[in-house]
Amino acid sequence: MALLEIKNLHVEIDGKEILKGLDLTVNAGEVHAIMGPNGSGKSTLAYVLAGKENYTPTAGEVLFNGKNLFGMQPDERAAAGLFLAFQYPLEIPGVATMTFLRTALNAQRNKRGQAELSTPEFIKKVREVAGKLGIDQDMLRRAVNVGFSGGEKKRNEILQMALLEPRLAVLDETDSGLDIDALKIVADGVNRLRAPDRSFVVITHYQRLLNYIVPDVVHVLSHGRIVKTGGKELALELEARGYAEYQEEAVA
Amino acid sequence: MNAEVTPIRTAAETALAQSFAQARESLPGDDAVAAQRDAAFDVFAKEGLPHRRVEEWKYTDLRALMRDAKPLAPPPDATAKAVAKTAGARVGDVEARRLVFVDGAFLEELSDISGLENGLTVRSLADALADADPALTNHLGKLAPGSDVAVALNTAFMGDGAVIRIAAGATVERPLHLLFVNSGKPAATFVRSLIVVDAGARAMLIESHEGPAGADYQVNAAVELFVGDAAHVDHVKIVGESADALHVSTLAAAIGARARFNAFTFTAGGAIVRNQLFLNFDGEGTVAAVRGATLINGRQHADTTLVANHIARDCQSREVFKSVLDDEAHGVFQGRIIVRPHAQKTDAKMMTQALLLSERAEADNKPELEIFADDVQCGHGATAGALDDELKFYLMARGIPPAEAEALLIQAFLGEAIEGIEHAGLREALTDQVAAWLKARGGR
Repeated sequence: MALLEIKNLHVEIDGKEILKGLDLTVNAGEVHAIMGPNGSGKSTLAYVLAGKENYTPTAGEVLFNGKNLFGMQPDERAAAGLFLAFQYPLEIPGVATMTFLRTALNAQRNKRGQAELSTPEFIKKVREVAGKLGIDQDMLRRAVNVGFSGGEKKRNEILQMALLEPRLAVLDETDSGLDIDALKIVADGVNRLRAPDRSFVVITHYQRLLNYIVPDVVHVLSHGRIVKTGGKELALELEARGYAEYQEEAVA
Repeated sequence: MNAEVTPIRTAAETALAQSFAQARESLPGDDAVAAQRDAAFDVFAKEGLPHRRVEEWKYTDLRALMRDAKPLAPPPDATAKAVAKTAGARVGDVEARRLVFVDGAFLEELSDISGLENGLTVRSLADALADADPALTNHLGKLAPGSDVAVALNTAFMGDGAVIRIAAGATVERPLHLLFVNSGKPAATFVRSLIVVDAGARAMLIESHEGPAGADYQVNAAVELFVGDAAHVDHVKIVGESADALHVSTLAAAIGARARFNAFTFTAGGAIVRNQLFLNFDGEGTVAAVRGATLINGRQHADTTLVANHIARDCQSREVFKSVLDDEAHGVFQGRIIVRPHAQKTDAKMMTQALLLSERAEADNKPELEIFADDVQCGHGATAGALDDELKFYLMARGIPPAEAEALLIQAFLGEAIEGIEHAGLREALTDQVAAWLKARGGR
C-alpha cells in the first residue's frame, strides 16, 4: 500500500520554480533513496513535505496515508507520522533537550488521542532509546543542539526519530559532515527502526550512506524531477559515473 | 513657589495640588516631616508631571498618559480587607512573612509580625512617622532622588509602608513579603518603605503589587534600601496590578562593601508601569545582579529605568532585562551605568532584549555608559526582534502546535533572566506566572 504518493508536484520558492512535476510513490516498509546533484531540489522536497513556510506548492498533490498533506500544518503532519531529519538541525538556547522531547512526544500523543506519558515513563523511554543509539545522558541535559558537534546534532535527530516512531521518515542529507563512525551510528539507528509499516526517504548526495542503509529503490532527482528510478545498484552507478548525464538529460 | 514655576496645567496636576492642600494637615509625621513633604511637593509644583522633554521620562510621558489623579485612598473597610485575604497568589508556595498593605495602609490583622527572628524589627511607616522614630527619620529621604518628580510626589504624600531593620549579622531565613493590594477602589496610594540591612546580615525581600481585574487605580511606591557591608540582600518585585492601573515605583539602594545584592523586577500587570531603580555601589568588592522580565500585551506600557552608579572600586554588576511585547504593548528600558573616577576595576555589563510578538508592539531601549575611571570593564548590548520562524518550524516539525512552540521559545528567551533568581520557590512562582501569561495568550 502506498504510504506516500506524490503526483506531478510543482513547488516555488519566492516565485522561482524548484520542483517541476515530481512523481514519487513510497510503499509501506520501503526505503527509497533520492540522489541528485546540488540544486536539483532534494532539500526543497524535504521541506515541502514537512510544511515549511514559503515553500509553495503550485500544482500537483501529495497524499500521505491517503490524506492530502497540504491540508495539514507542520505539527499535524508530524502527529500523522511524518518526520523530517533536518540537514542542519537548529540550536534552541534555553530549551532543555528533555523538555523539547517530552513536549514533542506528548503533543503528538495528544493529537492522536493517546494518553500523555508520565515523567517517569518518559524518562525510561528516552534512556532506552538513547542507550541504543549510544547517546550520552549528558547530551540530554543540555539545551537542544547547543554546543553539539555536527555528529551529535545528527544523532539527536535520529534520537528524536526513534522516540517519535514516525510512519515515514525523510532524512535530508543526514550523512553530510559525518565521519564514518558517526555515519554507522546514524545508519544503525535507521536500520533498527525499519519495519513493515514504516518507510524512509533517504536524501543524499553520496552513495556512501547507502552502504549502510540499503535502499529498496533509488531515484535520481535532477532539475526538479525524478529522471531515473532503479534498484540499489543505481546508487553505485551514480557513484562511478557522476550526475553529469542526468543534468543534461533534464535540460534537454 | 518661585517665579519660574511651570503653570499647573493638566487635570491630573490640578487634582494632585488639591489633594495635597486637603491632606497636608492630616498626613502623618512631625514638623520636620511636614517640611520634607512641603519641599518635595514644591519640586512637583515647579516641574509638573514629568513629560517627554524630560530626558529621563522621554518614553513615558506621564503628563500625557495620566489623564486624572485619583483621590487619596480612604482607610480600608471590611470589603477592602476581604479582597486582601485572597491576595498574594503570585508568589506561589513561597513560605514568606507577609506584611499586608490594603489601599496603601498597613493591616496588622492580615500580617504576620509575631515571633520575629532575632535581629528583625518591623514597624509600619505611619506609626514610625507618628512618633518620629529616629530609626526612620535618620534615613528617610537619604537615598531616593528628591529631584525625580515621582519620588517627590511619593515623599509629599507618603501615608504608610514598612520600616524594617535587620541587625548586623542576623540571618532572616523567611523571606519578607511586602504585599500591596488595591481593593478595587479608584484611588491613589503613596507607599514608602525603609529597609535597613546592617553589616553581614542576610535578607530576602519580596515586594508585590496587585489589584482586582478591571480596577482603575494609581500606585506610587518607593523603597529606600540600605545594604550594609558584607550583607546579602535579594529584592524581588512583582508588578501584578490590574490591567487598568497606573503603577510608578522606585527602588533606591545604597550598597556597602563586599555585599551581595540581587534585584529582580517582574512586570506583567498595569496599564502604565514605570519601574525605577537607583543603585549606588558605595563600597568595594560588591557583586550585584540586577535583572528583570516584562510580559505585556494589549496597550500596556512598561518602562524600566535603571541607574547603576559605581562609586567604589572592584565591584561587579550584571544587568539583564528581557521583555516580551504582544499586541500594541510598549516596552521601555533605559539603563545607565555610571563609573565614578574612583571606581577602578569596575566590571559592569548590561544586556537588554525585547521580543516583539506583534508588528504593532514597540520596544525602546536606551543603554548608556558614563565612565570616568580608566581601568574598567564595561559593556552593554541591546536587541529587539521577533520570534525566530526557523526555530518555530523546527519545533512544529516535531509535532508541537504553534502556540506551544511559541510558548517554549518565549520561556527560553526569559529563562536567562528568571533562572538567575536564587530562591527556588520564587523562581518557580515566576516561571508559573510566565506560563500562565502564555496560556492566557493562547494560540495564534
